Amino acid sequence: MKTSNTEKIFYAINYFLLFLVGMVTLYPFIYVLSASVSSPDAVITGKVLLLPKDITWGAYKKVLSQNEIWTAYGNTFYYTLIGTAVNILFTICGAYPLAKKRLRAKSFISFFIVFTMWFDAGIIPFYLNIKDLHLLDTRMAIILGFACQAFYIILLRNFFEAIPDALEESGRCDGANDLQILIKIYLPLAKPALATIALFYAVERWNGYFWAMVLLKDDKKIPLQVLLKKLIVEANVSDEYATMANISTAYSKETIIYATIFISIIPMLIVYPYIQKYFVKGVMVGAVKG
Amino acid sequence: MDMTKIENLDHLKSTHKSQSVRKYFVRLKNDLIRDRYLYLLLLPVLVWYVVFKYKPMWGLQIAFQDFSPYKGIAGSSWVGLEHFQKFLGSTYFFRTLKNTLIINLYGIVFGFPAPIILSLMLNEVKNKSYKKTIQTITYLPHFISIVVVAGMVTNFLSPNTGLVNMIIEHLGGEKIYFLTKKEYFRTIFISMNIWKETGFGAVVYIAALSGIDLQLYEAAIIDGANKWKQLIHITLPGIMPTIVTMLILKIGNLLTVGYEAIILLYQPSTYETADVISTYVYRSGIAEGRYDMATAVGLFNAVIALVLVYAANTVSKKYLESGLW
Repeated sequence: MKTSNTEKIFYAINYFLLFLVGMVTLYPFIYVLSASVSSPDAVITGKVLLLPKDITWGAYKKVLSQNEIWTAYGNTFYYTLIGTAVNILFTICGAYPLAKKRLRAKSFISFFIVFTMWFDAGIIPFYLNIKDLHLLDTRMAIILGFACQAFYIILLRNFFEAIPDALEESGRCDGANDLQILIKIYLPLAKPALATIALFYAVERWNGYFWAMVLLKDDKKIPLQVLLKKLIVEANVSDEYATMANISTAYSKETIIYATIFISIIPMLIVYPYIQKYFVKGVMVGAVKG
Repeated sequence: MDMTKIENLDHLKSTHKSQSVRKYFVRLKNDLIRDRYLYLLLLPVLVWYVVFKYKPMWGLQIAFQDFSPYKGIAGSSWVGLEHFQKFLGSTYFFRTLKNTLIINLYGIVFGFPAPIILSLMLNEVKNKSYKKTIQTITYLPHFISIVVVAGMVTNFLSPNTGLVNMIIEHLGGEKIYFLTKKEYFRTIFISMNIWKETGFGAVVYIAALSGIDLQLYEAAIIDGANKWKQLIHITLPGIMPTIVTMLILKIGNLLTVGYEAIILLYQPSTYETADVISTYVYRSGIAEGRYDMATAVGLFNAVIALVLVYAANTVSKKYLESGLW
């Protein structure tokens, strides 16, 4: 098919506009990276716009020498790994039985779970409940308090329902019980769905800050996002960080904040290219039956 | 004679009934034994839902109490609708409801078309690797935590060392402390959300676009339809069901705001345009400890939100012949 001149112009403009969209999306990240490795003087005087000036690793050295950030990093890994494992366990436990037509009270139990998607008791009753359970300021509050989400149970249930019953029957002929059928037949088949759901949970765990901020007071337990909030949003720097704000040739408050931002997003930047396709798939599945 | 017949009949009926009741329980018992592992799996999940989802709902009754954490729910006295009346009569009611609605409406007007436009633009890209690169880049902010994004916004807009103000100064303008000015808050918040979510929001539309039959375009080209006409007559009608579904979802969530992001960006000087119902609940409840009042406000919000979602689903069922779930 021939493309006319007007169409050529159309395509060129479209390519260019998309390039701009891409740049607008990337620019903040580029700026943060460039500013974090530039000299404080160059950043404050506005000499850094795209590329770093007078490269120095002072800010990174300073940030990485702080115990706070390592503790928070460790906590985030803990909450993400353990939390996601618990999420997946609960989601499987909820989804598999509900995928069985023979289950008694199936529709009632489904409604019991799905209803929580439409109506939530809200911030305060949830908080008071955690307090009543004596889970305030414990790691368990974060791990257990958010152990599963109705949406993903339904998503996985739909996936399980699509697996033909004949497979279950063949397992039963071999004398397998429901648990064995789940573990040996259903879970291996559901691997792609489980990976997608686990990644959704994991990204939420990694990025979650609100409830960690509300439920955790002890600095030894807070995840990275809560520390970041204190450091870069409130700029409410602790004593240790405050001494870092002194003018120095190697770092300043700004370059330290930018270095902290970049350090906190590195893991996401590394895994993101590999996990994004799962998210796209997940959205498609969710869009078919939300 | 007749009487005994009837009595016999009654007797027969009741034995029949008790038999069928017994049969039912026998079957139930057999089913429960047969499916014991399924129930075993479900048990922890149901217990979790009771403890972490339904127990807080039980706790909602403090919205109607003069609640004291020391006395607990059982020991606190009832005040009926006092907290609701107080809230509805206060200046906070109008301010937070207005801000919730305005921020969401702006979000729909400016934020809703953005992913649609992006997906249409991406759909016209023939070079696959270019398309993929732009997609990958634009999805990225969705995966970055809101704390980092709000942190970048705060630092870029900072009055002395922020990038934006440095550029303004270079251009000879006056520095502005954007985040303390109430007239800028909504613009900042909506822009931030558009930057963060447009790319990922486009995924749904890209999927819908890939479902349009290519033969339609070929036929249209033979008929001499230009790009614009193809867009109006084929592309847009093709993704219209998706657009309508997403719009109904948005309208159903008119009372739900990303308050976690607002908490990171607002401050007392911008409360007038930034304070929404959820942030007010958070402030009065968690920060000030007025649990009963905050619960009442939250319940008020949740009930209206539920009605909206229900209405949205009904509309969707009626006009799209499929519910949202």
